[in-house]
Amino acid sequence: MIISVASGKGGTGKTTVSTNLALSLDGDVQLLDCDVEEPNAHLFIHPTIERSETVTTPVPVVDEKKCTLCGKCAEICQFKAIIVIGETVLPFHELCHSCGGCMEVCPEDAITETGREMGIIEEGRRNGLSFAHGRLRIGEAMSPPLIGKVRSLTKPDGLTIIDAPPGTSCPVIEAMKGADFILLVTEPTPFGLHDLKLAVGAVRVLGIPCGLVINRSDLGDDEVRKYAENENVPLLMEIPFDRKIAEAYSRGKMIIDEMPEWKQRFVDLYEDITDIVKKEGKQTS
Amino acid sequence: MKELVIISGKGGTGKTSIVSAFAVLAENKVLCDADVDAADLHLIMAPEILERHDFKGGNKAIIDKEKCTECGLCRELCRWNAISEAFEVDPISCEGCGVCWYFCPEKAIDFPEQTCGEWYISDTRFGPMVHGRLGIAEENSGKLVTLARQEAKKLGEARGLDLILTDGPPGVGCPVIASIGGASAVLIVAEPTVSGRHDMERVAQLAAHFRVPALLSINKFDLNPDEAKAIEQVAGEHNIRVLGRIPFDPTFTKAMVQGKTIVEFDGNSEGNRAVKEMWDQVRDFLEGQPST
Repeated sequence: MIISVASGKGGTGKTTVSTNLALSLDGDVQLLDCDVEEPNAHLFIHPTIERSETVTTPVPVVDEKKCTLCGKCAEICQFKAIIVIGETVLPFHELCHSCGGCMEVCPEDAITETGREMGIIEEGRRNGLSFAHGRLRIGEAMSPPLIGKVRSLTKPDGLTIIDAPPGTSCPVIEAMKGADFILLVTEPTPFGLHDLKLAVGAVRVLGIPCGLVINRSDLGDDEVRKYAENENVPLLMEIPFDRKIAEAYSRGKMIIDEMPEWKQRFVDLYEDITDIVKKEGKQTS
Repeated sequence: MKELVIISGKGGTGKTSIVSAFAVLAENKVLCDADVDAADLHLIMAPEILERHDFKGGNKAIIDKEKCTECGLCRELCRWNAISEAFEVDPISCEGCGVCWYFCPEKAIDFPEQTCGEWYISDTRFGPMVHGRLGIAEENSGKLVTLARQEAKKLGEARGLDLILTDGPPGVGCPVIASIGGASAVLIVAEPTVSGRHDMERVAQLAAHFRVPALLSINKFDLNPDEAKAIEQVAGEHNIRVLGRIPFDPTFTKAMVQGKTIVEFDGNSEGNRAVKEMWDQVRDFLEGQPST
């Protein structure tokens, strides 16, 4: 089963929920940190890294000896990533989406591909927990391919928990699609509510069952609860604002280590999710 | 004209609360919400929309089943596995590269331009504002950010304003890169946590990569004074000036719940005093920067 932990708004507690959930459960559990722009789960999990890999994406290289400057490559490219200027063809690697169109269309076979570094992925363990994350290279704009690479490490059996990036656009979709359940984490403020609505919209586009965790549940107002009730989004957990939790988080400590009574709550959360998935089933392929 | 962009790396550190307060304190400015993916500034600014425009963000492929002979070339060429065995395009997986459309021997694929969101020019109680809304699950947020910034600049020039105050997105990827290029300065809003320090360092590297001067505000600095010091040290290593130390003050949340800036909600609060002090320093810094 794949549970993706997402939020819309940033800083609501996705990493807190995904790391504490992962470490509360026994058995075959894997945590994939797919917030490749700002991966944080490792700061709490402290995994032993066993493997590291540089991830590249294919981008074009033009053989000027073969090129006749016909301009077909520039014509097919939707991203203005290859242009003809005077007597030369200029690829802009940072704009390239790696579709391979220019290489395919070139009548002279003058285009081959090289790799643009997108970032790295690292795999490791903490005791029984398998861990992997991606880390986007600074200056790299496109995160979805690297997120896809992290997700390709999903084990066929057992439980996979995904820590998704914030927002509702392509990186988040890449971290949610194909999941069995989306666990949304929000805070009970106008910003939290507004971005939760967007996140629920994205989840509905994908047709995946979802549930809600309200973090810092006693700061703010009651609008998030009302919204969840009206929209039939089950409220599965509330984490009150507690200076002890906030300070533990600030030092990179887990809630379940500082306050062991929380471990059972995360186990219960997992059981609730399992029940919902059994009942609602997987609607996507 | 100058442009200040508020960014953070990590989400939820208080970017929009700071921008809202600056919106009251700064004079002769245009506001720009560049967090088009999860825009929140309008919840405080309550903009009155004057102009509404579609955002055309790219194209997507559609297969005409009548013309399609199921030759399979499109499935072979598509690098996104966006075309099913039944020759239907999954719009979420489609990257909009047009390769299938270009090569289809039957011309059975259409490639229409998509409306991916909207952008607006508005009036607020603190002056004009340009903001956008990306459709759910849509792509090209960077393009919409670039558009919003260009329109804010045009509007500012037309009205003879001095400053663009831009609320940026979290992260270090495409929308952030689109937010900061060519800005007079970025103000990084960090929080004193191990995650906050980690993310602030990455966004500081990003600002350096694009040669944009960076300033730092540490929000909730008293939540963990040791981490706050560690962040100041990182800032020092990157030649980033620490201009603000904002205490943890629930007034920020209370003001937000009322749809107000902290300046309007409680001028005597600790949080407001700290934001005002920071604004004075940011303003002085901007005066020394070249115009955009």
